Amino acid sequence: MNIYLPIAEVSVNAFLLLGLGGCVGFLSGLFGVGGGFLMTPLLILIGIPPAVAVATEANQIVASSFSGVLAHWRRRSVDFKMGLVLLAGGLVGSGIGVQIFALLRELGQVELLVSLCYVVFLGVVGGLMFMESLTALMRSRAGSPPRRRRQHHSWVQGLPFRMRFRASKLYISAIPPLLVGMAVGVLAAIMGVGGGFIMVPAMIYLLGMATTVVVGTSLFQIMFVTGATTLMHAIYNNTVDAILAVLLLLGGVIGAQIGVRIGPKLKAEQLRILLAILVLVVCAKLGWDLVRTPEELYTLGGGSH
Amino acid sequence: MRYFLTTLTMVLALLVTTAQAEEIVAGLNQNQISITTDFDGSELFVYGAVKRTAPAPEGPLDVIVVVIGPSKPVIVRKKERRFGIWINDAGVQVDAAPSLYAVSTNRPFREVISFTQDQLYKVGLNHSVKLIGNTNDAAYPEDYLRAAIRLNEARGLYFEQPQGVTINQETLFQTRIRLPAQLVEGDYRVRVFLLRDRTVVDTLEQGIDVRKVGLERWIYTMAKENAAIYGLLSIALALAAGWLASTFFRLVFP
Repeated sequence: MNIYLPIAEVSVNAFLLLGLGGCVGFLSGLFGVGGGFLMTPLLILIGIPPAVAVATEANQIVASSFSGVLAHWRRRSVDFKMGLVLLAGGLVGSGIGVQIFALLRELGQVELLVSLCYVVFLGVVGGLMFMESLTALMRSRAGSPPRRRRQHHSWVQGLPFRMRFRASKLYISAIPPLLVGMAVGVLAAIMGVGGGFIMVPAMIYLLGMATTVVVGTSLFQIMFVTGATTLMHAIYNNTVDAILAVLLLLGGVIGAQIGVRIGPKLKAEQLRILLAILVLVVCAKLGWDLVRTPEELYTLGGGSH
Repeated sequence: MRYFLTTLTMVLALLVTTAQAEEIVAGLNQNQISITTDFDGSELFVYGAVKRTAPAPEGPLDVIVVVIGPSKPVIVRKKERRFGIWINDAGVQVDAAPSLYAVSTNRPFREVISFTQDQLYKVGLNHSVKLIGNTNDAAYPEDYLRAAIRLNEARGLYFEQPQGVTINQETLFQTRIRLPAQLVEGDYRVRVFLLRDRTVVDTLEQGIDVRKVGLERWIYTMAKENAAIYGLLSIALALAAGWLASTFFRLVFP
């Protein structure tokens, strides 16, 4: 059953969109990432204009992350104080990101920027995560008890404005979470992602948060930042497609709920290594597309100089 | 003088016969296309007849039907390898490119109309996709123009139907043109040409109004005119869906 999307101005199969939403939503609930890093390239691949894909995906992530936050809230695995600090940075970053996006759209370099961001961030994060979880997995295989991670970055400890985050079991400066939040906000606007794949590792390895609250807190921040991003894309770029969003989020919210329920049954190390592999595969695909000689050198862009 | 008068009479007689000998009468199955949510393309049926006041003249009779969508400038960019990766260049602006161009003929286009007649009536695709000024000194603009046509052909927006028109007994003609699902809103033109011996005898033009209707119309207008409210509604919708799914799953699978 094909459906005509009013803003994207293309006709797409409705079940394809529902299915995509479901699969990505499942991963979202499982890993505590928005899933945008998979969905946005997929949407572009099936013919949705990149600008519409990025803005609409932000809207869809609002739904899947809200659904996830509710589930985590009931289990008390959200650190709201930390979430608010991350959010403050995130809103600033999202504002900057939307402006950069509008500028590059005018220059015709949006696709390049989006792809480059993906390759760099996915590559770095995926690689680090893969190495880390591989070592952890091998250590647990060897039988030695898993060591409780305690990060002691001297520069992080030395910063002012220290705050106590009870749920995260932390007493650190507010500056690192603010910066992490801001970086994620910029990415959310440019890449049409929640930024969970950056934030979750940053929370664990950089801030040293207790792993139990990482996913819930990350989803909490993502929900608000993608909400702000959706609003700004709607106002500045007119690129949010409500019908596309509805189809994606119908599949997405259901998938996310299933993911959230299966997540605790899997081992954390296994979960992380799976996510790392997924991230690296997407990264390799996008990197290859940048380097290989394209079949068609020319592209059509709307508007005028 | 006498020679001149004879020539004049002959020319006039010729003009009168060509102008009145054959006329085109045509209709469309629809003058308005509504883009609804389940819109999946539309079939345009153009039919008509040749009206004659005298016996049919010599030479082959041909019909061309052209459908042209609303035109707007597009920027065509070319990828270049820089620092090992492929990057878009500044691009060239193609000043007019219709959103759709379909031409249906009873024989291949070049066999039914002469070059000069094509120039005169601007029938061919090359008269609809135009470069007016070059905006990029570093580029060969013709390459970009050809690329614009090629890309639109690949998307199924520019196409030819060389055997699309059927003519019955030199009088009745009809053609079906399948308009793609990626139709853009706007005023479309249907131009019908009647040709005799590769020369245009009569032309006829009709408009088709392509509009989004219902939910499509509402969403599109709202997104453009009340962007902030539209954005907030999108978010509200997302939150409602997230909450519903969460509650539903909690009640069904506690």
